[in-house]
Amino acid sequence: MQTLDLAQTPLRELNAALHAQASQTNQTAWQVLNPQGAHAIACGLDAPIEVTVKGSTGYYCAGMNKHATVHIEGSAGPGVAENMMSGTVVIEGDASQYAGATGHGGLLVIKGNASSRCGISMKGIDIVVHGNVGHMSAFMAQSGTLVVCGDAGEALGDSLYEARLFVRGSVKSLGADCVAKEMRPEHLTLLANLLARAGADARPEEFTRYGSARKLYHFDIDNAY
Amino acid sequence: MCGIVGLFLKDPALEPELGALLTRMLVTMSDRGPDSAGLAIYGAEAPGLAKLTVQSDTPEATFAGLDTDLGAALGVPVTLRARSTHAVLNLPEGQLDTARAALATLRPAARVMGRGRTIEIYKEVGLPRDVAARFDIASMSGTHGIGHTRMATESAVTTLGAHPFNTGPDQCLVHNGSLSNHNSLRRKLRHHGILTETENDTEVGAAYLTWRMQTGATLGAALTTALRDLDGFFTFVVGTRDGFGVVRDPIACKPAVMAETDQYVAFGSEYRALVDLPGIQTARVWEPEPATVYFWTRDTPSPAQKAA
Amino acid sequence: MKDDIPRTAPIKSATFTDPVNAEIRRAAATGIYDIRGGGAKRRVPNFDDLLVLGASMSRYPLEGYRERCDTSVTLGTRYAQNPIQLDIPITIAGMSFGALSGPAKEALGRGATLAGTSTTTGDGGMTEEERGHSEKLVYQYLPSRYGMNPDDLRRADAIEIVVGQGAKPGGGGMLLGQKITERVAGMRNLPAGIDQRSSCRHPDWTGPDDLEIKILELREITGWRVPIYVKVGGARPYFDTTLAVKAGADVVVLDGMQGGTAATQDVFIEHVGQPLLACIPEAVRALQDLGVHREVQLVVSGGIRTGADVAKALALGADATAIGTAALIALGDNDPKYEAEYAALGTTAGAYDDWHEGRDPAGITTQDPGLAARLDPVEGGRRLRNYLKVLTLEAQTIARACGKNHVLNLEPEDLCALTLEAAAMAKIPLAGTDWYPGKPGTTY
Repeated sequence: MQTLDLAQTPLRELNAALHAQASQTNQTAWQVLNPQGAHAIACGLDAPIEVTVKGSTGYYCAGMNKHATVHIEGSAGPGVAENMMSGTVVIEGDASQYAGATGHGGLLVIKGNASSRCGISMKGIDIVVHGNVGHMSAFMAQSGTLVVCGDAGEALGDSLYEARLFVRGSVKSLGADCVAKEMRPEHLTLLANLLARAGADARPEEFTRYGSARKLYHFDIDNAY
Repeated sequence: MCGIVGLFLKDPALEPELGALLTRMLVTMSDRGPDSAGLAIYGAEAPGLAKLTVQSDTPEATFAGLDTDLGAALGVPVTLRARSTHAVLNLPEGQLDTARAALATLRPAARVMGRGRTIEIYKEVGLPRDVAARFDIASMSGTHGIGHTRMATESAVTTLGAHPFNTGPDQCLVHNGSLSNHNSLRRKLRHHGILTETENDTEVGAAYLTWRMQTGATLGAALTTALRDLDGFFTFVVGTRDGFGVVRDPIACKPAVMAETDQYVAFGSEYRALVDLPGIQTARVWEPEPATVYFWTRDTPSPAQKAA
Repeated sequence: MKDDIPRTAPIKSATFTDPVNAEIRRAAATGIYDIRGGGAKRRVPNFDDLLVLGASMSRYPLEGYRERCDTSVTLGTRYAQNPIQLDIPITIAGMSFGALSGPAKEALGRGATLAGTSTTTGDGGMTEEERGHSEKLVYQYLPSRYGMNPDDLRRADAIEIVVGQGAKPGGGGMLLGQKITERVAGMRNLPAGIDQRSSCRHPDWTGPDDLEIKILELREITGWRVPIYVKVGGARPYFDTTLAVKAGADVVVLDGMQGGTAATQDVFIEHVGQPLLACIPEAVRALQDLGVHREVQLVVSGGIRTGADVAKALALGADATAIGTAALIALGDNDPKYEAEYAALGTTAGAYDDWHEGRDPAGITTQDPGLAARLDPVEGGRRLRNYLKVLTLEAQTIARACGKNHVLNLEPEDLCALTLEAAAMAKIPLAGTDWYPGKPGTTY
């Protein structure tokens, strides 16, 4: 286990050390001490390493992650795992706004609640939130899956494209062009798999699926407001 | 565009540490605003007395003999406690408005930063660390306080343009964001006799609350109508003599994190600002909802929350 | 006898002109605002309203072919380990693959590389054509984040965070379904054939205080190697430049209202933003007030057409210019040789602006394989190289005439203004006077 202490190591050195790990590294386990809400911790990783952050992080932790597994033993600030490509990011606590924004791939697990705009503009990432998500979640979400085991805030899935949304609890309101859809067998299978990978104790049958009504796909004056 | 911190103490044992805790919180937010910094400290209250915080760019000349001169002009006892460019004048509560008027002639260089029974406001151009040090904020005790560090968007980087803005007796406002209709609102308020001193958008927000409360609204009600009448992006933190409130615009893009324990309620633009608070590891930490007024007072230390 | 009474001539309204009436009828018929490409077509004060004061007795000019007049520019010297070195003070502005065809993007890369300058990606990701053929490539970081990925980020020579665009400050992008082919759709993670709307704000930050943290993240991911540009539309240039610098930008890119776009509302193009001429002095004043003029470089765009435009922009205080529309015209956009085809589309060469429809006869603003094949990227690259060469020679000619051995030594004092409007906007004295409207210490 390699240890990097942010109380002693500058952020630049920490990220440079993690970036220096190649796909063949044998130093696969890293821990980061004293994050104290600092920004851009473990962003831009590109190797199959496991990084455990012992505490809460600021903006953009694990941003643009590829291949790596990042575990945050605390809460995450805005834009955690933004534009993630692959790998896994797990947050023990809550996530601030923009969690998983524009993510292209990989799995983001938030064991607490996520704030507003969770999965905004997501492009293929899978996000599982054990708790609730805030307003404007999955805004303009293009593809990928957002699973919410708790409740969703206002305007869920506004201007949605082809992303799939599953919510177990209540939805305060649906955004423009987002509608409830039929849960078919392939959705139950997909959901069961994601819930298992995310360690979420919920049954797929309890969820409602939401998706795009596809009415905004071509400009129409009657959709403008 | 800025960093905000706030701390509202429930546990009197922490009161001697208020200034030190707030200073650390604000210094952590320095990157969010390098232009100016300010703090409002709600300190000890003396029966029948009020405080007037004044600022001068030439403090030695302005503050010398000011207590005597003002006391003579008003015919009441006045005491003065100077800290760098600021001084807090203590005087009978009913004399605040006349004192302000008298100041304009006695010491034209003096500018009123705040007024009320408990509030003291300290703000200057510079980084939080330097601003807090010049006023020795860390040595101050109090029940609650609000700090702000500013990245100026459109209006000038000056002492008067720094936050917090004093909106009425013991009231203050700080802001992160950018209002988009403040020029029209400033003209409307001027029509109602509410004058602003700067081109700052936040000052208009503050003046708006003052106007609403002058016409009978409670602070909570004023904040609620602010959600309708102020356009643009804002996270506001407000202070009153015995209370502390938070409100975000309906889009709620500007960051806000809150923490609550049995000892305090705390606000930070980022979680970083809260990490040194006692017991933060076990505190309830959350982000305030959009278009929702949160308010705590000494009498009702559990949050009064109202969706607008 | 009544037949002999002279009649008034038919007079068309100066308010309700033919184009205005046509637009009213079009709006009434469709219920959709007009969407088009290009930049503002209305006349606004521009560089033609300024003249350069050449040398004669009080100043000495340089010999055109013998005495050196340097045109090199370095961008990104503030924080980046590897600033961008350009041979000429003219770059190619961001234009997306999607808006433009693959061969067009390749041609831009080839031409820019031959001329020793950089080109820029757009809203749609980085293609192999442009990376492979661009020696220096600026990677745009846009609200949509289409195709955004860390590998492309790391093989970019600079990153341009786009906050705004001159054609539409405060607006997002728009690419209509006709141009969303399978390849474009794949790069944008969208179904083919649907209208694509790009948001106007970034998805994961709002405001300069957050931008500072976003810049930190991008620098950490790229190891602080490459410059970070911040691009703003010309609206409130003093404040926007100030805040870009405070947020940590290495380079500020300022795009005036004449700047083009692939597609947006005509009302946006014609009615939002300020002319570039009015924007540059305010941005320069912001840099000077912060003490970073020339340390944080200023790249300006929006209606740059000639070497004289380049020289005048530099004289006003810019470090470099960027061209978009002019580069497309150099490649063959709106060429009269396609007049019959433009006529068939209901327009004429020089007026064609329905770039969003993907039917460009010149094969540039299209995804149609047949049309795109009309543009030979090698020949296009050569044409662009030639054009950039001419712009540079022209700018040098002017600089030499003013006695400058580097084009960046041109100054506002080397200019005069022809009109009151230009004098007021550019803060350049009216020709024959030492006065411009609003000059401190003077009255109107």
